[in-house]
This record gives sequence, C-alpha cells and structure tokens, in this order.
Amino acid sequence: MTDNFSDKKPSRRQFLAGAAALGAGSSAAGSLSASGDDPLITEVQEWAQITGDGVDATPYGLPIEFEKDVVRRNVSWLTADTISSINFSPIHALDGTITPQGCAFERHHSGAIELRKEDYRLMINGLVDQELVFTYEDLERFPREQHVYFCECAANTGMEWAGAQLNGVQFTHGMIHNMEYIGVPLRTLLNEAGLNAAGDLKGKWIFVEGADASSNGRSIPLEKALDDVLVAFKANGEALRKEHGYPVRLVVPGWEGNMWVKWLRRVEVMDKPVESREETSKYTDTLADGISRKWTWAMDAKSVVTSPSPQSPITHGKGPLVISGLAWSGRGAVKRVDVSIDGGKNWHEARLVQPGAKMALTRFYFDVEWNGMELFLQSRAHDETGYVQPTKEELREVRGLNTIYHNNCIQTWWIKSNGEVENVEIS
Amino acid sequence: MLKSRDLFMISFASVFGVLLAATYLADRFITQLPEDAKIVPIDLDLDFKLVAEAYASVVAPRDGKFGLGRFATKNELAAWDKDISPDGTGLPVGSGDAIDGEEIFSERCAFCHGDFAEGLDNWPELAGGLDTLADEDPVKTVGSYWPYLSTTWDYVKRSMPFGYAQSLTDDEVYATVAYILYSNDLIDEDFVLSNESFFDVEMPNANGFIIDDRKISESHFWNKKVCMTDCKNDVKITMRAAVLDVTPEDEEF
Ligand code: HEC
Repeated sequence: MTDNFSDKKPSRRQFLAGAAALGAGSSAAGSLSASGDDPLITEVQEWAQITGDGVDATPYGLPIEFEKDVVRRNVSWLTADTISSINFSPIHALDGTITPQGCAFERHHSGAIELRKEDYRLMINGLVDQELVFTYEDLERFPREQHVYFCECAANTGMEWAGAQLNGVQFTHGMIHNMEYIGVPLRTLLNEAGLNAAGDLKGKWIFVEGADASSNGRSIPLEKALDDVLVAFKANGEALRKEHGYPVRLVVPGWEGNMWVKWLRRVEVMDKPVESREETSKYTDTLADGISRKWTWAMDAKSVVTSPSPQSPITHGKGPLVISGLAWSGRGAVKRVDVSIDGGKNWHEARLVQPGAKMALTRFYFDVEWNGMELFLQSRAHDETGYVQPTKEELREVRGLNTIYHNNCIQTWWIKSNGEVENVEIS
Repeated sequence: MLKSRDLFMISFASVFGVLLAATYLADRFITQLPEDAKIVPIDLDLDFKLVAEAYASVVAPRDGKFGLGRFATKNELAAWDKDISPDGTGLPVGSGDAIDGEEIFSERCAFCHGDFAEGLDNWPELAGGLDTLADEDPVKTVGSYWPYLSTTWDYVKRSMPFGYAQSLTDDEVYATVAYILYSNDLIDEDFVLSNESFFDVEMPNANGFIIDDRKISESHFWNKKVCMTDCKNDVKITMRAAVLDVTPEDEEF
C-alpha cells in the first residue's frame, strides 16, 4: 500500500499540525529523561502575568478558539440544498457520552424555523375523548421526567453500504447525538385527552407532525407512544436549540431520528398508519430483490471507535494509547463491547465507563501499549437482548447494498505505523 | 371546559377515585400513581378526609387528569388535521387533470423537479425508474416506488412547493398529482383525478413492501456465540476511503 495522501486531507493536516505541536520529545515514550528545560515552565508566560477576561465577556460562552474545528460538518454533495440536508456531530473530538447541543447534528426537511414559545401550540386530536390544545406554558405544568437518550438518523453510516467512502468518523457515524432531556411523557398528554374513545388500544397508532413547512409527519404505534415517548422541551439543562426543534420536540427512544418530530404541533390518535412520505418514499429499506422493508423503527446495536480515527490520528508515537469509542442500541442497554486491534483475528472485552443505559450512548475504552505497528481497529457491541453487532459482510448477505438506512456494521480503521488512520474495508 | 381546576374542593370519594383510577391507568401504561398519593392512609380514621384533602390539594390530579389545556375548535381541527390515509380518509372533494397540472407544474415545480418531473441536478426526480428496484442503482420515484397515491396527495399539499408549502388549492393538488402520474405513464392525459377516481389509479409498487422482519430474517444476529481468539487467518485491505477521495476538505478557520 502506498501512502499517497493528498495534502488537503483533514487527517493529514491535523496529523502534521498535531505532530509539530507536540514536538519530537513526545515520541520517546517510556523515556523519562528530559531533553532540556521547557521554556513553558522556566520562563514566565504572558498568561501568568497579565489578567484574563472578566466575567460577562461572553454572557453565553462558546468553546475556546483552540477548539474551533470541533464543529458540525456537512457533506455538500449529499443533498441539493442545505435547507433539506444533514450535517454531522464531531464525535472524533468528543468524549464521554453527552453531546453538547451546539455541535449535535442537524437534519432539516424544510430548514430550522424560529418558533416562539408564545406562538407554540400542541394539538391532540383524533380518537380521544376531548380534542385539546396546549400552550407551551401548559406543558410546563405537567409532571416532568428526565432521561438520557441517543438520537440516530436512520441514514447514519448509510454512505458506507457499497464500500469505505468517507474518511472520518464524523462523516461515517456522526448522524447521532445523545442528550439529557426534560419533558412530559406523551402518555400523560394522551391521558389528559382521554383514550376511551380509542377503544381497544392494541393496534392503534398516533400520527405526529411538526410546525415547519415539511411537517415531517410520522406514524407511531400507540403502544410505543404510551411506553416511553417524551414531549421534550429541555436538553442538557437548557432550552432546545432552534435546530433541534425549539421549543418542543418529540423524543422516541431507540427509534430512528426522523420520528423525533421537531417543533411538534400535533398528535392524532388513529386506527391505522398514515403511510406518509417519510415512511414510504423515505426511511424504507430496499433489499436486493427490490422488495422493501417498512416500519424498521428500532436502531440496531452499533459501536464505533471514535479515537483514534481518521480525523483523530495518533500523534504521540509509541507507548500508552487510549482507544475510545461509543456503543448504543435502540433495543435497550449495551451490555458489552469487544475491541479488536488486528482486524477481527482476536477480540478483547473493552471497559465500559458506566454500565450501559437503555437507548443511550455508552462510552468504552480499551487501553493499550502501542508498539508502532499498523493496526486494524474494530469494535463490536452486544446489547441486553443478545443482539451482536454484525460485520458489513453479514449485513450485506441479508440486505444487499441498496437499503441506504440502518447500516450498523462493524467499522474498520487502519492505523498506519506513522499514526495516520484511514477508513478501510478488510477481508 | 369540563375539567375543574378546583382541586381544593376535592372530596373524600374522589381522592379514593384518584387512587383507583391511577392504579387502573398504570396498568394501561398511562399514568403513574403520584408519589405522595401513596402515603394517604387507607384505613379510615376521622382525620382521613382532612389529610386526603390536604394531599390532594398539593399533588393529586382528579381522574389522573390535570385540567390543563383547552378544547380544540372545529376550525382549528380543520386547519391542522389534514393528513390523508391510504384508504382515502381526509381526501377533500375536488379534481384536476394532467393538462391543468402541466401548467402548474412547469410554473411552480419544474425548476427543481424538471419539466417532466425527471429531476434536476440533485433535486429529487418524481418520475421514471419503473422496474429498477432490484437493480444496482434503483431509481425510486412516485411511479416506481410509492405504494399509495394518498401519500403523494398528502405530501404535495402540505410540503410542496419547497419554500412555499401549503400554497396549492385542493384542485391544484389534484391536477399536479395527475401530472406526476401522467409523467410516470400511469394515467392518460385526459384522466380526471378526483376524490372519486382516486382509486382507479394503480400504483405499480403497491405490493413492494414488507413489515420489518429483522427479528426473523436476522435472527442469527442474536445470541450468536462470538469468536474471541484466532477467528481468522488473514486480514487484507479490500477498499480504502482515501482512494475514493470524497471526504469534505477541512475548511480554513
Ligand atoms: C425549490 C425547489 C423545489 C420546488 C419548486 C418544488 N420542490 Fe418538490 N422537492 C424539493 C425537495 C428539496 C424535496 C425533498 C425534500 C425532503 O427531502 O425533505 C422535494 C420532494 C418532493 C416530492 C417527494 C419526492 C420523493 O421521492 O420523496 C414530491 C412528490 C414533490 N417534491 C413534488 C413537488 C411538486 C408537486 C412541486 C410543485 C407544486 C414541487 N415539488 C416543487 C424541492 C422542490
């Protein structure tokens, strides 16, 4: 294999910048002898003499300028227009499990609208005893719940079906975020409207839609609506961001992101699904024989190493290396993650930072001593239902190459001996 | 408003009712027994009524309801409840044909979707692709892929034209949908699409969908015994993303 990298590659540039910044001494892993005095220590630095910003310099703070590349990114060739498009969370540079709202991926079908709380209305109608309208203020008067859930677009990793395409975990796996939501269970609101009119609740549906021009209507089984669906108005402690549906969005734990309707304006209890555009033309998975699966709502268990990865190469040379990644399942909690450094020849159980929580991201670490040899990094999630994350080959065998959505395959990163990382497929 | 907000007036009987209702509803996954309600003593002493009233006034909603919100009006329901179901529920009275539709389409749709609904640049194509679904690159359009005509009507009415949604009248929607069908060779140009003729149109891929069968067709992904050591001999690179070179470049900040 030739290392024929063009210099415009993000990985290459970051790699070079990182290596230069850290200096030659950093590759002398294991050696504790100093190569001279460090002026950062021996000389009085500017920041240790003069004073810094006062309070209120930024009433609402943004990350420090040195982190300005940790931002959402878009793949412009994917869509005609940013108004109906998607961007990607910078998961290569994040750690822990909570995604800050400001860099959590966005997906709009008609752009992110500005809807004031005062102008917000939520209608509950259809097979209910009383068709009701709530204001934002009304919603805040119902008992609240707090939950952490991941939201993954069904198309996450979708560009990788036919082969390794995008060189960065942000692009291959960044259509995901994980937030702590505050909201009112949808069942509380449905109960407020009364479900006697719906008769036998089994087999009934709700149809949910947003206030934006796309409306993005989706049908959801009533059973799910009464189970864990949340009408959320706060995330990570603060109001939802405009791009995530301010002031109110639906949270549908474990199920594809398209169902998490933003700017939620209406919930209709129905006999049957509407079969809207977003559940027929889109978000259906065409198999090799041309037949398509529909109603594939649950996100299968999945994991990926977020660092090292193409945008987060190894810049420190040989020695201790933290392999860090994320795992999740739409069917429950992650129970275990295996990591392989040799392309799946041998596997090792990774360390879960905390026991997996239902339908939430789990952080795993695998701490190794890197000897500078090339590695083929992989991770494999197991969830509490016994599901084991499949290889791309195993998925292709069942689904073919054209399903677009729900690609939860095992990802391979090729770590080269110089620390650069590339997205590859292997035998 | 049927619902009384006067929780202070709640009687002994209705507090008992709250407990029953809450328990019953909990079975239906509807509401949880309010935490504090549990401490209302069940054995009736003289003070019970007073205690119950005190607790009730603080936490317990009557019948598990909170008395929040208001009734939706007829006009409000008509304004928002517009979804159209596959069986035609919601379809308004109206009609239009492809000839009228062509005019509307060329003015309000074609600059994105093409004169013949064939799609321009990266904007979606709405016509063509028949019998391509099993191909290497399936072309999914209203004609080749969409199982229900109701979906087209529903989507055009509420979400298109992009940038000026909900601006077509019902008759205009019938006409535009007729034009899309005509572009897909699914109707003749003089076919009048209406709420009555709606089901005369056959959608070619109506039987092209199955309900999520992953638990069966992919049951082997569950509970499989995973290999941990010496799982394969050889690892060779079969494809590289860097060779394809489609990753966005780093922007200069
Ligand atoms: C400014 C460009 C633009 C105009 C004008 C426009 N559309 Fe669209 N149309 C789009 C975009 C973008 C989408 C995809 C939106 C999305 O994915 O959320 C779309 C999607 C559609 C779809 C669904 C395609 C699919 O395969 O899922 C239909 C049907 C449609 N448009 C019909 C129309 C009709 C009818 C008109 C005219 C009344 C129209 N459009 C005008 C941009 C446009």
